[in-house]
Amino acid sequence: MSDKNITCECGHVNPYGTEICEVCGKPLQGDIESKKLLNMRYEGSARRSQTYKTTIIDKIWNFFSSVKVGIWIIILLLVASAIGTIFPQEMYIPPLSDPTVYYKEQYGVLGQLYYDLGFHNLYGSWWYMLLIAALGLSLIVASLDRFVPLYRSLKKQRVIRHESFMKRQKYFGVTEINEDTAELQDIKKALENKRYHVKEEDGHLFAEKNRFSRWGPYVNHIGLILFLIGGMLRFFPGMYVDEVLWLREGETEKIKGTEEAYYLQSDGFILETYDNNDEKFKNAIEESGQAAVAKNYQTDAVLYKQVGERIAGTDPNLEKVKEHPIQVNKPLKFDGYAIYQVDYKLNELQSMSFTMDNKESGESVGDLTIDLYNPEKSYDLENGYRVEVMDYFPDFEFNDDGEPTTKSKVPNNPAFILNMVSPDHPDGEVAFVAIKQNLEPLGENDYKMSFQNVDTKNVSGLVVRKDNTLWILGIGGAIFMIGVIQGMYWNHRRIWIRRKEHDIWLSSHTNKNWYGLKRELESITSQTGLQMPMDQAEQKK
Amino acid sequence: MAQLSSNLLYVAFFIYFAASIIFAISLFGRKWRKSDEETHAKKWGMWGFALSTIGFLFQLSYFITRWIAAGHAPVSNLFEFTTFFGMAMVFAFLIIYLIYRSNVIGVFAMPVAIIVIAYASVFPSDIQPLIPALQSNWLKIHVTTAALGEGILSISFAAGLVYLVKTVNQSKASKSTFWLEFVMYSLISTIAFVVLSLGFEAAGYSSTYQFVDQNEQQVTVDYTLPALAGPNDGEYVSGNEFGPLFEAPGWMKGEKAAHKLNTLIWSMVGGLVFYALIRLILRKRIGAAIQPALKNVNEELVDEIQYRAVAIGFPVFTLGALIFAMIWAQAAWTRFWGWDPKEVWALVTFLFYAAYLHLRLSRGWQGEKSAWLAVVGFVIIMLNLVVVNLVISGLHSYA
Amino acid sequence: MKKKNRLIVRTVILAIVFIAVGYTFYTNFFANESGIVQAGDQAPNFILTDLEGNEVELEDYRGKGVFLNFWATYCEPCKDEMPAMDKKYKEYKEKGVEILAVNVSEPKLTAESFADRYNLSFPVLLDKSNDVTNHYGVGPIPVTFLIDKDGKVVQKTEASLSENVIDSYMKQIQP
Repeated sequence: MSDKNITCECGHVNPYGTEICEVCGKPLQGDIESKKLLNMRYEGSARRSQTYKTTIIDKIWNFFSSVKVGIWIIILLLVASAIGTIFPQEMYIPPLSDPTVYYKEQYGVLGQLYYDLGFHNLYGSWWYMLLIAALGLSLIVASLDRFVPLYRSLKKQRVIRHESFMKRQKYFGVTEINEDTAELQDIKKALENKRYHVKEEDGHLFAEKNRFSRWGPYVNHIGLILFLIGGMLRFFPGMYVDEVLWLREGETEKIKGTEEAYYLQSDGFILETYDNNDEKFKNAIEESGQAAVAKNYQTDAVLYKQVGERIAGTDPNLEKVKEHPIQVNKPLKFDGYAIYQVDYKLNELQSMSFTMDNKESGESVGDLTIDLYNPEKSYDLENGYRVEVMDYFPDFEFNDDGEPTTKSKVPNNPAFILNMVSPDHPDGEVAFVAIKQNLEPLGENDYKMSFQNVDTKNVSGLVVRKDNTLWILGIGGAIFMIGVIQGMYWNHRRIWIRRKEHDIWLSSHTNKNWYGLKRELESITSQTGLQMPMDQAEQKK
Repeated sequence: MAQLSSNLLYVAFFIYFAASIIFAISLFGRKWRKSDEETHAKKWGMWGFALSTIGFLFQLSYFITRWIAAGHAPVSNLFEFTTFFGMAMVFAFLIIYLIYRSNVIGVFAMPVAIIVIAYASVFPSDIQPLIPALQSNWLKIHVTTAALGEGILSISFAAGLVYLVKTVNQSKASKSTFWLEFVMYSLISTIAFVVLSLGFEAAGYSSTYQFVDQNEQQVTVDYTLPALAGPNDGEYVSGNEFGPLFEAPGWMKGEKAAHKLNTLIWSMVGGLVFYALIRLILRKRIGAAIQPALKNVNEELVDEIQYRAVAIGFPVFTLGALIFAMIWAQAAWTRFWGWDPKEVWALVTFLFYAAYLHLRLSRGWQGEKSAWLAVVGFVIIMLNLVVVNLVISGLHSYA
Repeated sequence: MKKKNRLIVRTVILAIVFIAVGYTFYTNFFANESGIVQAGDQAPNFILTDLEGNEVELEDYRGKGVFLNFWATYCEPCKDEMPAMDKKYKEYKEKGVEILAVNVSEPKLTAESFADRYNLSFPVLLDKSNDVTNHYGVGPIPVTFLIDKDGKVVQKTEASLSENVIDSYMKQIQP
């Protein structure tokens, strides 16, 4: 391979593909006499991927090394992401609606097409994730391929640059030395005052500043790669917990996802709204058309830790950890977990109260309250009166066979089959009691159950979340920001000054902000009596 | 306090207007002034800058007084956000002006900022109470930083526009001249939209229709512009008895879909009328009419300003619209990222400017190509502000 | 030599990326949920009370096969398999196979009246706080775990079972 390397006239051996000698800056490609400005991108160093093409590994590598490919990946991601917002994603359609029909019903043929193409779950699709993976690979490969040679050539650059290199910079000027021309040491000082690092060799100068800004892109790419790794880590076991926890007031529940260790108790759910007559907000609330605007959702929670070994099914041995009002934006945090207030249900049925009445006299012979989550078998009303619960259906309906049954265990529509025992009916009379229903399936009764009232409780909808990837995402984000700022807010500037007989040559280069460089050169040249260099790009026009 | 605040905003608005005119004089006025070009430009440019600064200070006072009046940072609804975005644009312009002293950027940037602020005025400006999710310090940190980033990026649009007006060959019609005119038309349509909205509102126009929405619910919708496009199967209820001339297609069933369509049609038609009038008066393309005034503009400097604005704005935007947004989302919505449309469009904007930077730095897209990209970037930012808020509704409470 | 090193570096980097992405895809699209009881695992011990109020501990059934069923009265497929389960229970009880039917957090009364109505002879256990149900990672019911005499889960099934299937399952865990 070594025979393909390029030996410059200064004696330096450059890697194959180099456009500008790493040491002296002599252009190695094209016509040396050309007046065209040099392409200074990556210092004209040999980007490795362009130079070897043999194995399949190299071919894959070279593909992802291309900035063009990288830009295409960005564009594809951009377009795909935008498409995903045309109609709502599956996770944002109303709960319990069937996506197979929802999109067609809501958005017609286009909606159907959207669904058929799988765009309703676009961001979780294999091809979207593959695009992100390709972006990650492109970031790694392209950065490595450019950083290494760029680092090499900036490290190796020498004070004295080839004449042709200097002539072909955007800013280039020749000053004939006269009595106004400052001494070399004064020029050096002027440059140092502008915070340049100045090197001297044989009466020639090389001034450079902010080289670190050239590393900005690579630093921010590292940040992005870390961020993507963080996103990937989520799929590893134990890194991520996302559970929903519905907690009734007064209840203590095991916190799902905490591996048995923690329990949460709700001391109450609070919903506060803004005062509709509040001077400040009156107009806005009226305009919104809502009956009220929520001010606070809060669950007064108590966190417990389960101590010691415990066999499933047995009562936990709880130790109080802390009390914390969980509000939106103020989750309860402990041991890497966070519990968020996300939803609520107001006035869920908790218990029902009845009286047992004598139909004829209309008098009540006793009352009872049935806990809808744990009804008792029998309620003694004294004096020989008793109510037996024969069957209980928390969420009552008739099934296909016409039998009473329950849809779920939540008391949304509680119904009872009760046996009312009285001195006149020692075997009891059977009544079917449900909300707004009172049937006597086995014939006319002498007694009836009269509904009195219900007791309700609020239920908090909480989310239990653990995300062990946050720290790496945070570091990735921070490094990205450092990288972008480093690359964007500083500019790498270089000035070469070369004595050639009775002339002083000056050329200069920056990776961006030529205006800033120009102003700096104006200041330096006016101080030192040098000729302000010409903008050779402008002259061409 | 709230009254004082909105008065301050009016004052700021008119000062911006004056500043734009001054900047225009600094450029166009060269022909009729006797003084030599450089001193003329310098003098009027300085006045333009001074006025812009004063206007900015007035708007800043609006912002502060409204904050005091509301008890929370006034960046919590569309009106507040859009005015703040306009203010951020002016602020970004002031910074760029301090660096580059370019009057021509002011000629384009200030009117764009004015249009943005005028656009804000069509939204209800009542002070709103904050729903629980918005009660966070991250609200102000995230929104202000994001808006500032977008404001700086918008300066890149203004510079790109200058570049295009200056360099696009106006001697014959081409794709470039068409799209340049299209950009002009879009800006004019926004003005038309604002003028029509405020005009009909001042005239007290309102008519109410009733229709069945996607949830099979009977709902009513108030039209503040005469109904060209009525709700699908809608029924007139009360108010002014004009139209509708036709009904919105059946699949547009969202609560406000037909209303939004109606507004869009009015803006487009109104913009077309305004545009046609201007063309009739000028008897040439708007771009061609402005071009001679930019004869002395250094296009390379304008190109650099355009790039510099992206270089400064991109990190600010990323920090505000993605990083701070994620920190807040983690606290308010339990996850730092949830593919909410607004989040996605922030990502789209980020990706677009990332592509812009790679095209410019690695593939040498400068000058005209880069200027067109800056225009597209601004279109994306505007899409995020207008379409995503008004058409695609999500968690962001601005709809 | 240099070229060879370069190829090695490239190969290693690409391999790491491909493996990482492959693993992510695998867990995201193909892998089952982790952390729940699967066939081959040791069945976690539990203590629950039956309808008579007696404590029942799984470990006490070592040496016997256990047909561990999770059910509720609102679950139609659960109801459907109950009579067959009861029939096979009577047949296999002698042969050392026990049925434990865990009711998923319904009120005692509901479970009890159901057991009476269906005349169930096997023990019905009440998991009032869903503790055991969650511990076993049971989602939609019915779910049945077949546990052998050594307390190991032989099989987990989420189907409603017919008499024949129950028969073959019981044979499987018969000590």
